[in-house]
Amino acid sequence: MTKLKELEQYRAEIEQCVKCGACRAHCPVFGAEKHEGRVARGKVALAGALLDGKIGLEEKVLFDLSQCLLCGSCTAQCPNKVPTEEIVAAARRRIAREKGLSSFGRGMTTVLRRQKLLNLLAKTGGSMAKLLFKKLPESSGLRLRFPLPYLDPDRTLPEFTAKPFRERVPEWIEGEAGQPTVAFFTGCGINYMYPAVGEALLRALKFLGVSVVIPKDQGCCGLPAVSAGAGAAVEELAAQNLKALTARPVDFIVTACASCHAGLGKVYADLGAEYRALGAKVEDIFVFLANHGLPEKLAALPAAEKKVRVTYHDPCHLRTQGITREPRRILAALPQVEFVEMTGAGTCCGLGGTYSVYHYETSKQIGAKKATAIADSGAALVATDCPGCIMQLQDSINHAGGRQKAVHILELLNDALP
Amino acid sequence: MLESHIITELKTLVGAANVSTENADLICYSYDATQQQFLPEVVVHPGSTEEISAVIKLANREKIPVFPRGAGSGFTGGALPTKGGIVLVTERLDQILLIDEENLVATVQPGVVTEQFQQAVEKVGLFYPPDPASLKFSTLGGNVAECAGGPRCVKYGVTKDYILGLEIVTPTGDIIRTGGPTMKGVVGYDLTKLMCGSEGTLGVITKIVIKLLPLPEAKKTMLVLFDSIDGAAQAVSAIIRGKIIPTTLEFMDAATIDCVRKATGLQVPDAARAVLIIEVDGDADVIDRQAAKIAEIIQPLGVVETRIATTAAESEALWQIRRSVSASLRKVNPDKFNEDICVPRSKVPEMIRKVDAIAGKYNIPIVNFGHAGDGNIHVNVMIDKKVPGELEKAEQAIEEVFRGALELGGTMSGEHGVGIAKAAYIPLELSPEASEYMKTIKRALDPNNILNPGKIFLDN
Ligand SMILES: Cc1cc2nc3c(=O)[nH]c(=O)nc-3n(C[C@H](O)[C@H](O)[C@H](O)COP(=O)(O)OP(=O)(O)OC[C@H]3O[C@@H](n4cnc5c(N)ncnc54)[C@H](O)[C@@H]3O)c2cc1C
Ligand code: SF4
Ligand code: SF4
Repeated sequence: MTKLKELEQYRAEIEQCVKCGACRAHCPVFGAEKHEGRVARGKVALAGALLDGKIGLEEKVLFDLSQCLLCGSCTAQCPNKVPTEEIVAAARRRIAREKGLSSFGRGMTTVLRRQKLLNLLAKTGGSMAKLLFKKLPESSGLRLRFPLPYLDPDRTLPEFTAKPFRERVPEWIEGEAGQPTVAFFTGCGINYMYPAVGEALLRALKFLGVSVVIPKDQGCCGLPAVSAGAGAAVEELAAQNLKALTARPVDFIVTACASCHAGLGKVYADLGAEYRALGAKVEDIFVFLANHGLPEKLAALPAAEKKVRVTYHDPCHLRTQGITREPRRILAALPQVEFVEMTGAGTCCGLGGTYSVYHYETSKQIGAKKATAIADSGAALVATDCPGCIMQLQDSINHAGGRQKAVHILELLNDALP
Repeated sequence: MLESHIITELKTLVGAANVSTENADLICYSYDATQQQFLPEVVVHPGSTEEISAVIKLANREKIPVFPRGAGSGFTGGALPTKGGIVLVTERLDQILLIDEENLVATVQPGVVTEQFQQAVEKVGLFYPPDPASLKFSTLGGNVAECAGGPRCVKYGVTKDYILGLEIVTPTGDIIRTGGPTMKGVVGYDLTKLMCGSEGTLGVITKIVIKLLPLPEAKKTMLVLFDSIDGAAQAVSAIIRGKIIPTTLEFMDAATIDCVRKATGLQVPDAARAVLIIEVDGDADVIDRQAAKIAEIIQPLGVVETRIATTAAESEALWQIRRSVSASLRKVNPDKFNEDICVPRSKVPEMIRKVDAIAGKYNIPIVNFGHAGDGNIHVNVMIDKKVPGELEKAEQAIEEVFRGALELGGTMSGEHGVGIAKAAYIPLELSPEASEYMKTIKRALDPNNILNPGKIFLDN
């Protein structure tokens, strides 16, 4: 038993669903699959049937419950705020307990739980990158040269870095007196794949004179384990992060990854008061920067001669927390950026963590819509606030044959800072 | 359970992947927005008219009931497989086949979602007015089968006013066309109108020919807060008496406002006891004048505040308030009986008073909102079924509401249809002769009573 809520504890929430069907308009999986089993209403009905013992853990139930990105788009639009993604995650924990984790889920959680193994893998990944990946001239991402287990050879992946971000930077960076102290929770994406994003974040904080601690022994936030139903792994990682992030008193814990933000701020909340206290300090980097005077400082910078047209993709885990304004505000304030909205900026990119591993075809279909919207916006760059989204957006663009590049807003901010 | 050879035959007709007897699928197609549940024996996802025809022929031969289903957003249980059998889902038939800009008509498959169709025609400057509050997810097939209405009906009419022709699979499996893409047509009986609102009992709609209008240049949405329901109701009459027909005239009573406030964080002063959402459309200069005139007409009727949307996004935000009403009512009580009576426009205040009296008499919350402009009131009787005696009280209250509406020259359903929810009350509204006339049609067209049996009329 874990402290995370059991499916049984969601009975009231399941009964909250009035079966209106409104979620059909907002569930990206349903948009691609057009089957009631794939939409929130169907998944909630199945979870309810499981609770009532009206159905067992049959293959079809497992399949339908695996068909959820945990994006929370349904909940955000549901008139009764039925927390489908939490219900599905709880159902997956029950499935994992009774049926065991899938082989991919097992492999992934083993790796995520062992920091050293992850570092080693990343390093080998980094040194073998040239062998594994082929460079594509028209895109920023890389595609696999050889098939890797679980990953489609057709998929664009960022290069694993030879030296993880946290090994590149000191654990403590002293800022100016009178400025806050923050802890930077890097998450796996920035640590192993997008170290430049982490470096850009440190530059932005330095620009404001903020002191930063980057605890070396922090780990994965645990969201991939949530998605796989690996409850115990989530708790272990949470405990490790709690320890790492409270070792030194800080005013805020900043993230530059929407999933980490949701992991630390929302998922951990069920684990106890100390975790809620931790969660209360978690802030998305752009919320932090916006609240600490960055837009004003950006406004004082000289305007760039040539502007690049950039659009923004809302990561689900920020959008459903109501964080949509601050990233746009900072992006639009960059001197070299001409900001344009795209249609459907707030729809999921289709990654959904492990979802895209299990259901790459559907994930690609969802991503294809995004790629079209990006192209239609006329932007050269699509900026976002989550490494996972960057990976998926770039993959979708490449599949669509587009030339746009997916970047983190922090990378653009880095270019703008003096 | 259906015999296995039937399942095998269904699989050869529509493809094995499109036929399921898995428990999970039976559960997923067992409910609709009534929250009632009936398990089908098999779920079929046909991909074409011919496949539907083949399925119906098989069902007719074997006397298996067939329940057509769109999005399952119906409020009267029309899509519920009350007698097991086959649920026939239109989800795969989701193509817009033609938008004819020269003749202002379109042809669509039944599984197209209403809003997606609206957006597609609006892209080319055309307009499909029917807009049920479920437009983001309900299907056009379901809309035709229920003859769905929406806020814009005041000015533009309901679904049937836009349906020129249909392709249907008859209850015996034949494929026929009714009407066609011309604006006029009087050859034979008007089967198109007969199908509109037939609730899936007389045929499966497989194609829909739709009349379109030019997209109005502009619209203006205003949210007006009143200090009493009477003020709001009188405002409706006053506007119409002033010879202005707005596109919409939606109202919400105090209880509804409370629910929406809780569900959406809507900021509304406590003094507001009723809301009207008024929208006018047309030429940009005309609507400004109309809006001003409306504001002037209603001012003496207890207006607390008027909010006028200045952008499309603001207008959408006002509408979102209205659309979130239905499901947010659960905050009052867990179980909801949503009735959609319709009375002559001028009788709305009287009807609301009757409903309030009934709520008092039975001591159960009744929340009212709806399309005041066409007298269509959603009367929501809110109870907790788990409390002993509540259900019986609700049923009595509902019957009194229906009688009240009929006394005022109204009807017991303006748009949701009869389904199973109102079948028992049919004798209140239809004479035995009128009922028999309708049943004769059903018997003649569906001799084996396989298509959506048990809906509209109680089986003997
Ligand atoms: C939140 C909410 C708001 C709503 N607001 C409105 C509103 O403003 N106005 C309104 O009128 N209704 C409203 N409704 C009710 C409902 O959305 C409509 O009745 C809608 O038309 C049903 O469409 P559907 O695709 O969901 O059909 P379903 O519920 O699947 O089916 C409805 C009926 O149509 C039949 N049917 C479906 N497809 C076909 C077909 N191809 N051929 C033959 N028969 C078929 C079914 O057998 C059933 O009898 C609302 C519902 C909800 C949940
Ligand atoms: S999950 Fe929410 S939106 Fe979906 S059917 Fe249930 S109540 Fe409606
Ligand atoms: S969380 Fe996302 S994918 Fe899952 S049911 Fe809700 S909208 Fe669909």
